[in-house]
Amino acid sequence: MTASVENRVPSELSLTVNGERKTVRVYPMERLLDTLRHHLGLTGAKEGCGEGECGSCSVLMNGTLVNSCLIPVLQARDADIVTIEGLAAGTQLDALQEAFLDFGGAQCGICTPGMILAAAHLLNKKPEPTMEDIREGLSGNLCRCTGYIQIFEAVAEAARRRATT
Amino acid sequence: MTNDHIVGASVPRKEGRDKVTGRAQYVDDMALPHMLYGATVRSQIPRGRIRSITYGPGIPWDEFVIVSAKDIPGKNVVALIVDDQPCLADTLINHPEEPILLLAHPDRHILPKAVAAVTIEYDPLPPIFTIEESERPSEIIWGTDNTFKTYLVEKGNVDGVWEKADYVVEGEYRTGAQEQLYIENNGMIAAFDPRQGITVWGSLQCPYYVHKALMALCGLPADKVRVVQMETGGAFGGKEEYPSMIAAHASLLAIKSGRPVKIIYDRLEDMAATTKRHPSRTRHRTAVSKEGKILGGEIEFVVDGGAYATLSSVVLSRATIHAGGAYFWPHIRIRAKAVATNAPPHGAFRGFGAPQSLFALERHMDRIAQVVGISPVEIRRRNFLKSGQTTTTEQTVRESIDLDQLLNRALELSDYHAKKERFAKQNQLGSIRKGMGIAAFLHGAGFTGSGERYLSSVVGVEGCTDGSVRVLVSSTEFGQGTKTVLCQIAAQSLGLPYEDVGIAQPDTTVVPNSGPTVASRTVMVVGKLVQSAALGIRQTLTRAGMLAESYSSEEFRSACRNYVAAHGEFRSWARYEAPKDVFWDDEKYRGEAYAAFAWAVYIAEVTVDLTTCSASVDDFVALQEVGKVLHPVLARGQIAGGVAQGIGYTLYEKVVWQNGRMQNGQMTNYIMPTSADLPSIRVFFEEMGNVHGAFGAKGIGELPMDGPAPAIVNAVEDALELRFDSIPLLPEDIFEALATNEKREVEPQPAGGGR
Repeated sequence: MTASVENRVPSELSLTVNGERKTVRVYPMERLLDTLRHHLGLTGAKEGCGEGECGSCSVLMNGTLVNSCLIPVLQARDADIVTIEGLAAGTQLDALQEAFLDFGGAQCGICTPGMILAAAHLLNKKPEPTMEDIREGLSGNLCRCTGYIQIFEAVAEAARRRATT
Repeated sequence: MTNDHIVGASVPRKEGRDKVTGRAQYVDDMALPHMLYGATVRSQIPRGRIRSITYGPGIPWDEFVIVSAKDIPGKNVVALIVDDQPCLADTLINHPEEPILLLAHPDRHILPKAVAAVTIEYDPLPPIFTIEESERPSEIIWGTDNTFKTYLVEKGNVDGVWEKADYVVEGEYRTGAQEQLYIENNGMIAAFDPRQGITVWGSLQCPYYVHKALMALCGLPADKVRVVQMETGGAFGGKEEYPSMIAAHASLLAIKSGRPVKIIYDRLEDMAATTKRHPSRTRHRTAVSKEGKILGGEIEFVVDGGAYATLSSVVLSRATIHAGGAYFWPHIRIRAKAVATNAPPHGAFRGFGAPQSLFALERHMDRIAQVVGISPVEIRRRNFLKSGQTTTTEQTVRESIDLDQLLNRALELSDYHAKKERFAKQNQLGSIRKGMGIAAFLHGAGFTGSGERYLSSVVGVEGCTDGSVRVLVSSTEFGQGTKTVLCQIAAQSLGLPYEDVGIAQPDTTVVPNSGPTVASRTVMVVGKLVQSAALGIRQTLTRAGMLAESYSSEEFRSACRNYVAAHGEFRSWARYEAPKDVFWDDEKYRGEAYAAFAWAVYIAEVTVDLTTCSASVDDFVALQEVGKVLHPVLARGQIAGGVAQGIGYTLYEKVVWQNGRMQNGQMTNYIMPTSADLPSIRVFFEEMGNVHGAFGAKGIGELPMDGPAPAIVNAVEDALELRFDSIPLLPEDIFEALATNEKREVEPQPAGGGR
């Protein structure tokens, strides 16, 4: 037994990820981000800072936007998790994903999964957001490439498209 | 032919779908069987000699793979320009993040504890941390005089201008370090096979830089080193040189352990240990006529290069050539140098020296305007470079550029004059001050001087078995749109639908060396080569009688399929050839510095709150001439993103140093702009019909980094009538200036004064 695992015992816990019930054997204090990436092979959530500042690990947990690098997986027991991999319905992209493509909302792409989930969370709360709502709603997700302008435009357009379909 | 409007259209980003669905594979998303995780033990002191290394208790050291300098099979250097930087320090320590040991273990959670359990004792040597200490020089830490590189540019006879001057205007300007802060930290995976050699997969800009470094380090021939670029989550210059170091480290661990090794930096290590923008100091002394004409000047420019030479000479070169900006200097002398300090080496960051020297110049232009008693608009108008005139390196401006026209349009777009007038009145009352600031500038596209000739880049276009074509380049995508734009160029050159053109993942066993993805060169230089390689494919098919002069895309696909079936491999190559009339003298630093320049006028509208002392940007107009805009959405994204980084550079991002080490290496205390901090960044293009690169495109990527800092600080000065000559400009700096209430002084020096 190595020093890193002393006093820690893996245990089984279940959670729902993108609509599927999953059971994983993990250390209870492991970060939800690591469980998703290492145990479930869902690498869409990214680690940018590891301290809840950049938002690139954002996922939806029971409908709330969380930084998965700050959530011990124990806290996600029996929770309903949505990651970027669960947003599209099969090959049909979500309106947000389409709009990010059309409006240049993704450049290097590393913040994109978290940014799109933050935007999804915003539109769930406010289907017709003002520009101020969008600015505010995405301010926990850092993007170093775009200057955010084209992300705002993508989110506004996705809201319009969702309203008309 | 129907596919002739692909260039200029906002086609879908090639890798866009993978990025919005989370499928895009970055290096940390990849895992290999039996993979170990690697970590780096670094020095804790800025300068000294290693006395002893002790492995502390509580760690199962026998489970670890441990690498020191003794394990390096080849040369212990990170090969780049000057081979002065060790891959692992052996005895001498020159900065506080110097790598000394490498550790690998199957459990990544144990690694931080193991790193912390290594104790290294040193015999310390006196360090130096500032440009002034390095110049003095109280200690020699590099070469014979702490100087990595100097340049001297001389045009005309500047010594003769001072006595003719009505005013002599002096100023000193400083810029701080800036972290690139790509959201994906640096990372690399290496695997070693005694027969096949070393392979690395990583987050990087320049596959062939890593390739060269690994050959020297491992003592392997070119065909035994393979470098593959994974999807890269932002770079901005920050993944130009340092990936060679990480690839070297991962490779050493992989060679020693016989297992694949992954090294992923966490944010703190990435910010503290990897390169940042060079801090700088610029001194200006300018002779001006009473009409506000620049008669001549001296510029002294210095950058702090950190502990090793790395790219400082090249950064210095670009800074030097941009130091005179977009103005006509009849006489000028520019002395530039890069000096050593005991900090981690500074390196490439979007703009590459130009943001530093242009900040100084564009602040200085406002100062000259005050001395002469004319407006910031007029001082620029009266001194703009015009077509036919020569730059500071005596390059004749052959482009049909009209900076007056750019300035006029930017003034109109920003409603400059009306706002200036309104703010002047409103600023008399209350606790809010508003101001407007201008920056006019240029940015050279491609490598400086003879750089492109030395690079001699090669590009390939391949006809595939299914009749589609594929672009083969080592030019990398890290957000700018490289893949998309190069495919647009190939598609339009061949008259094919955009969907019929693909691009290979950069892998040194597959793609030729099309040069590094830096210096705003990809679209202009590499794009042009893609165009000619694509035309080579078409020519081969028509000459073989398999394709008519005019054809449908189905006819092309069929011809291509048949050619591949008959001949096997179907590839067309294009190699860079320097235009014959281009002259550059590396010794005298004179001649055609760049094949083309991008030109811009940026205007910032700023509010300063006297209660909080914070400055914020309310509106930002970014107008530029970059030749033909190949993809409007991507181009606008490049400019807006660069301006955002420029706003961060000016008002938010401060690297706090202590003993040569960054103290605020976290996103919680190194502050980059969030979506709530930025104004609407309004981006405009002017196409003045300059034809240079593929379909008339020039470079664009770095340009937007140059203008925001001076425009914003000029606007803050306009708002407060207080002088600020350093960035970053944080609320505490404004507080201090307001507290001491140093009204700006306009101190013209008497004519004929000085040396």
